[in-house]
Amino acid sequence: MRKLLFVLALVPALAYAQTLTRDGVTLTPAQEARAEDIGSQLRCLVCQNESIEGSSADLAKQLRTIIRQHVVAGDSSKHIMNYMVQRYGIFVLLKPPFMRLTWALYASPFIGIILGFFGFWLMRRTKAEAPAPLTDADARRLDELLK
Amino acid sequence: MSPLRRRLLFGIPLALAVAGGEGFYIILRRMQQNDYDPHALPSPLIGKRPPAFNLPGADGMQGFSNTDLLAPPKPMLVNWFASWCVPCLQEAPMLMKLAKTGLEIWGIAYQDHPKDLANFISTNGNPYTRLAADASGLTAINWGVYGVPETYFIDKQGIVRWRYAGALTDDVVSGTLQPLLQKYA
Repeated sequence: MRKLLFVLALVPALAYAQTLTRDGVTLTPAQEARAEDIGSQLRCLVCQNESIEGSSADLAKQLRTIIRQHVVAGDSSKHIMNYMVQRYGIFVLLKPPFMRLTWALYASPFIGIILGFFGFWLMRRTKAEAPAPLTDADARRLDELLK
Repeated sequence: MSPLRRRLLFGIPLALAVAGGEGFYIILRRMQQNDYDPHALPSPLIGKRPPAFNLPGADGMQGFSNTDLLAPPKPMLVNWFASWCVPCLQEAPMLMKLAKTGLEIWGIAYQDHPKDLANFISTNGNPYTRLAADASGLTAINWGVYGVPETYFIDKQGIVRWRYAGALTDDVVSGTLQPLLQKYA
């Protein structure tokens, strides 16, 4: 009976073991995974080529805490991204959205492909002109040479 | 190969290379003239009023809130800085110079210790009319501050017109700040 009570007393601890504390916020592994997913899509503005998740800058650490607080509060990922864009602008998104400022960026592979095809077409057209057929004299000379 | 195709095959890549070179040349020249900074970020706060905040005073001075910035009698600056930041130290003489011209500058000390801050002010002078402390750094995040020093230009309607990240230099002051002061005077 005592043993059973002891085990029962440990059950809440088991639930606690399912949570982890990252950047000062305690959350479940699923919440942590969502927070990491959000943080890895956001640029650390101090180092500019790292994500918030991967940066060791103080500001990035603080933003990680804020992301986790929002995740624990149940805010949607989109809401949290908007929170960041409102404060730091679209540059904070590592993957820029399709908009007036970025359309050329997204169109550039297609423009490249079209230009490539155009160049290829130009080259091919130049090869299309076959050499004139050999005259009898030339043919005889060729036979001689190949003997 | 027809002459037109020959010309196109030679001319198009050459034109592209020339256009690319011209573009890079313009970027580099403007960088040299301090006219363009590839690391500068446009602040989403431009054209808006600062977000709600209320910060306590620091170093015996009066703090302020967003409502204190609603209608300044003339354009002013809000300067984010910290005693631990090296560019802030370099910027201090420029702020003193600007304050002497009658420009109102309010300071916000970012994640600073009162003792270090007091030391910094007594060593480098005090250009600030009001001085607030953002010890947690959370107000800075709401402003979109990503480093110190950062300077915000606020017009008479309380609207942010310009943000500069980095120490204010002679070039920035004469090239950007002075024209803004004239424009929004």
